Amino acid sequence: MKILVCVSKTPDTTAKIAFTDNNTKFDNNGVQWIINPYDEWYALVRAIELKEADPSSVIHLVTVGTADADPIIRKALALGGDEAIRVNADSQDSYYVAAQIAQVARDGGYDLLLAGKETIDFNGASIGGMLAELLDLPYVALAARLDLAGNKATIVREIEGGEETVEAELPLVISCQKGMAEQRIPNMRGIMAARTKPLKVVEPVAADTLTSIAAFGLPPAKAGVKLVSPDNVEELVRLLHEEAKSI
Amino acid sequence: MPVLIFIDSAEGHVKKASLEALTYGADLATQLGTHAEGIVLGNMTEDISALGKYGVKKIHQVADASLDQFDSQTYCAIIAEAVKATGSDLLVLSNNVHGKAIAPRLSARLKAGLVAGAVAMADTSNGFIVKKSVFSGKAFAQVSIQTAIKIIAINPNSYKTVANEGTAELVPFAVTIPASKIKLLQVNKASGEVPLTEAEIVVSAGRGMKGPENWGMVEELAKTLHAATACSRPVADAHWRPHNEHVGQTGIAIAPNLYIAIGISGAIQHLAGVNRSKVIVVINKDAEAPFFKAADYGIVGDAFEVVPKLTEAIKKMKAS
Repeated sequence: MKILVCVSKTPDTTAKIAFTDNNTKFDNNGVQWIINPYDEWYALVRAIELKEADPSSVIHLVTVGTADADPIIRKALALGGDEAIRVNADSQDSYYVAAQIAQVARDGGYDLLLAGKETIDFNGASIGGMLAELLDLPYVALAARLDLAGNKATIVREIEGGEETVEAELPLVISCQKGMAEQRIPNMRGIMAARTKPLKVVEPVAADTLTSIAAFGLPPAKAGVKLVSPDNVEELVRLLHEEAKSI
Repeated sequence: MPVLIFIDSAEGHVKKASLEALTYGADLATQLGTHAEGIVLGNMTEDISALGKYGVKKIHQVADASLDQFDSQTYCAIIAEAVKATGSDLLVLSNNVHGKAIAPRLSARLKAGLVAGAVAMADTSNGFIVKKSVFSGKAFAQVSIQTAIKIIAINPNSYKTVANEGTAELVPFAVTIPASKIKLLQVNKASGEVPLTEAEIVVSAGRGMKGPENWGMVEELAKTLHAATACSRPVADAHWRPHNEHVGQTGIAIAPNLYIAIGISGAIQHLAGVNRSKVIVVINKDAEAPFFKAADYGIVGDAFEVVPKLTEAIKKMKAS
């Protein structure tokens, strides 16, 4: 089985969010970069688990980015991917990125394509769905479990107020979220092995961008907390009812 | 050219998130000097024409039993046909669980620019710009859509539903329905409870509750407020509560009108999942808990004493 895992470079979850160039660019200054947690903890680790169950499987990683994404890819390879492909382009909008990954997917002929449910920076939750449409494949979004039996996948996905179990045949695109796998930390052997694993750099194919970011902004700061004495919870109820009008 | 709104449903009922999408789509149509139409897929048990009160004139329906089960591939194919048939150049839907699966597919199929996670009405005064939430609620972006057809997926609980008078004309939409490649095996729904992502009030608790056996008071408070229950990551990881209750950076992101956090310190990863809540109440015995900085109201005190008292006070207020 050939598995393709889409990984993206994102700012660390604790990174300070600020913008430069008249609020049109994310301020990279002092930012630590990580593998997008949904891509890493859920999509990649589940792929690794599937490979552990069936060692004949091959895991390829794909990212769209410039050379500064390489440390992130190496870390992903240290966790357990076999080979990585970096499409050498600045990721512009979701459609552009999905079109690049779709090309890599067509060239590689994968049975299973996994992505995180969204990136923690742009929160578009779009790559999996766009990829599925471009490849004319079924797509299961927000999957919390994935089991394979031969050519058949059983997936548990989130619905409002619960979950449902669905079945589909491979090839298939899935976006992954919590529940899929447990977080892992790369070990020394993995880190050493990752240094010599292939990281292929390919040039982008021509693709349109459908959207662009005109400006970023920060939400207005909170006015500050109003503290109520623990002996006077009635006052909190009054504030929530009369002032905040939320109950 | 009308604004087309996808009306999402489950078990024959229109989802609350779709009422927001309907209001948004109708308001957008008014802003652009056009009208709004809806599309609904599958059999419905409620009276769909009543959705006219949210501002749609006409609703196209494909009442085929095969569509009672959701599949992003078939739904996308049909909605794309509806976009073509109605001549719409604007599609509005909720960025809920189905919206997240369909909107990107439609974007790729129709080569239509998508803003997923919109939080405000589009600015059409100069170009077409939609505000969306980014960096897990820590910032927003003004996204410009450059394509002829545009898709807006609005975040649940970010646009106020407005109901007026009116009925919509229901018209069957004739279309070839592709066979689904996804088979539904089982549905597991917590019955009677409020779905977390649709809840207007969420009561959430963390490690401060000391153990799963103490959740009774949290559930009691939630019941009193007709709220959904949630929890922090350590609580879900320790299996005190199910994973689908975990809100935060790596769990579910929510934006209720009121979020009550009990015994949660407020790590930045947790805040990323709840910072779009309109009002935040924090109950924590540690006055230095970072969550107080993000809160609107707070009580520094022992949850085991405060929560039951709060439940009683709310019951009294509701009774009066």
